[in-house]
Amino acid sequence: MTEASGTAAVTGARERFAPPTRFAVPGRIGVGRQEASVWRTATLTGIRRETPRVSTFRFAVPGWTGHLPGQHLMLRLTAGDGYVAQRHYSIASAPDDSGHIELTLDHVEGGEVSGWFHTVARPGDRVEVRGPLSGFFAWPADRPALLVGAGSGVVPLWSMVRHHRSRDMRMPLRLLVSARSPRDLVFAREMRAETTPVFTRSAPAGVTVGRMTADHLAPFMEKQPPAGWEAYVCGSNSFVEHASRLLVAAGQPVERIRIERFG
Amino acid sequence: MNITRGFTGRPRVDNPGLPPGQYDARDDWPVLSAEVTPDLAPADWTFRIDGLVARPRTWDWDGAHELPASAYEGDIHCVTGWSKFGVRFGGVSLDAFLDAVQPHDSATHVVAYAHTGYTANLPLADVTGGRAWVVWDHDGRPLPAEHGGPARLVVPHLYFWKSVKWLAGLRLLDHDEPGFWEGNGYHPRGNPWEEQRYFGD
Ligand SMILES: Cc1cc2nc3c(=O)[nH]c(=O)nc-3n(C[C@H](O)[C@H](O)[C@H](O)COP(=O)(O)OP(=O)(O)OC[C@H]3O[C@@H](n4cnc5c(N)ncnc54)[C@H](O)[C@@H]3O)c2cc1C
Repeated sequence: MTEASGTAAVTGARERFAPPTRFAVPGRIGVGRQEASVWRTATLTGIRRETPRVSTFRFAVPGWTGHLPGQHLMLRLTAGDGYVAQRHYSIASAPDDSGHIELTLDHVEGGEVSGWFHTVARPGDRVEVRGPLSGFFAWPADRPALLVGAGSGVVPLWSMVRHHRSRDMRMPLRLLVSARSPRDLVFAREMRAETTPVFTRSAPAGVTVGRMTADHLAPFMEKQPPAGWEAYVCGSNSFVEHASRLLVAAGQPVERIRIERFG
Repeated sequence: MNITRGFTGRPRVDNPGLPPGQYDARDDWPVLSAEVTPDLAPADWTFRIDGLVARPRTWDWDGAHELPASAYEGDIHCVTGWSKFGVRFGGVSLDAFLDAVQPHDSATHVVAYAHTGYTANLPLADVTGGRAWVVWDHDGRPLPAEHGGPARLVVPHLYFWKSVKWLAGLRLLDHDEPGFWEGNGYHPRGNPWEEQRYFGD
């Protein structure tokens, strides 16, 4: 299968390489390199309980350069002997100029970082953050968005909803979110007509219990905005594998599905 | 050093195989791709090398399997913090593919790309000399789709985002050009031993 020699197509021209493939999901926004390289001190100013296992942590971050809904940051804790633990967290708050950001953390059983937050942290404590990171999952409010999440995977999606509300946007935005039960539904108090919850273990009387299915997606796929949806899917790997397959089967183009996996 | 009040962390492990800031994921193998896992059959898989080479070429599944088999057994390190020890991958050394296309002397870097359009940039020196593989087996079994099957790149001495899943091709260039994550603030090289996670590290 050797091709004729001497056909080297690249001339050294500095055109950005675009792979000749079928599925390519275009990137969105480039990310400032400076933001990614600086560790900043974040001071905890408040803790708010969301569900029995999930709380929101509010921080003052002097010098925070702002973010887009959907972006995440890297957070690190340092022990007395210099040992560090670092994890990624999505930014839950909408972009604003308050000088504060919020993170919403699930309490993972035996979790090194989330365990510290849920059992030790109190206002006045200082941690370090760098970011915002990754423009791929960001929603710059330029296209109608269909948001699909489960568990703490709702966090970056909720930043999008908050942004949409704070700017009073007309752009279509819908959230389909899966939780174990009504009391495990993060941000439930703030949810309105844009949100459709799916409950996997227990639900209010009259609501079916079970994992997300094609039937849950059907109403959104039937009533699409004229140029279709940009889909954002976030949660555990098993959830996003399941939900992204449902989306593809329902006709959502693969190059318009953006995925954030929490690992 | 900014010590976090009340944080002690897990018991320290003295593991010389663990790069700074990493932990041993043991049996876990997290999946962190940003796109839908493609439904790609071996029969539809192709691998092309072009750019600054004398003989650009495309291999299909059977053609690639005719090259001498080569395995990697060792450690892998993900930028999100986990490392995995004693991982076994089977495939073909990238050197075997590169020998066939004859890179020009002017080639200094490659962009590796996936059938999904995902890209990663690498210095040519990081994928030659027995340091990179195209693999289709993990632990003696076909590589699962969510881990990049039917075939992925493995460059184990760099953070694993460089080891492009669903590998579709390599383009050889005379300059460095940021790939998907590198254009999103990640480090251009990604050496775990120097903790090159983000730009500026
Ligand atoms: C892009 C991104 C965004 C994210 N956003 C959020 C978010 O908004 N909210 C949220 O709650 N989470 C989020 N996560 C998940 C988050 O990064 C952490 O993985 C999570 O908080 C668990 O960290 P931990 O330190 O509490 O637990 P860990 O200590 O990391 O434990 C997690 C699991 O790994 C095992 N484990 C880890 N290290 C060891 C070790 N050394 N020895 C033995 N076992 C170990 C534990 O047993 C446990 O089951 C996000 C992840 C990503 C990649």
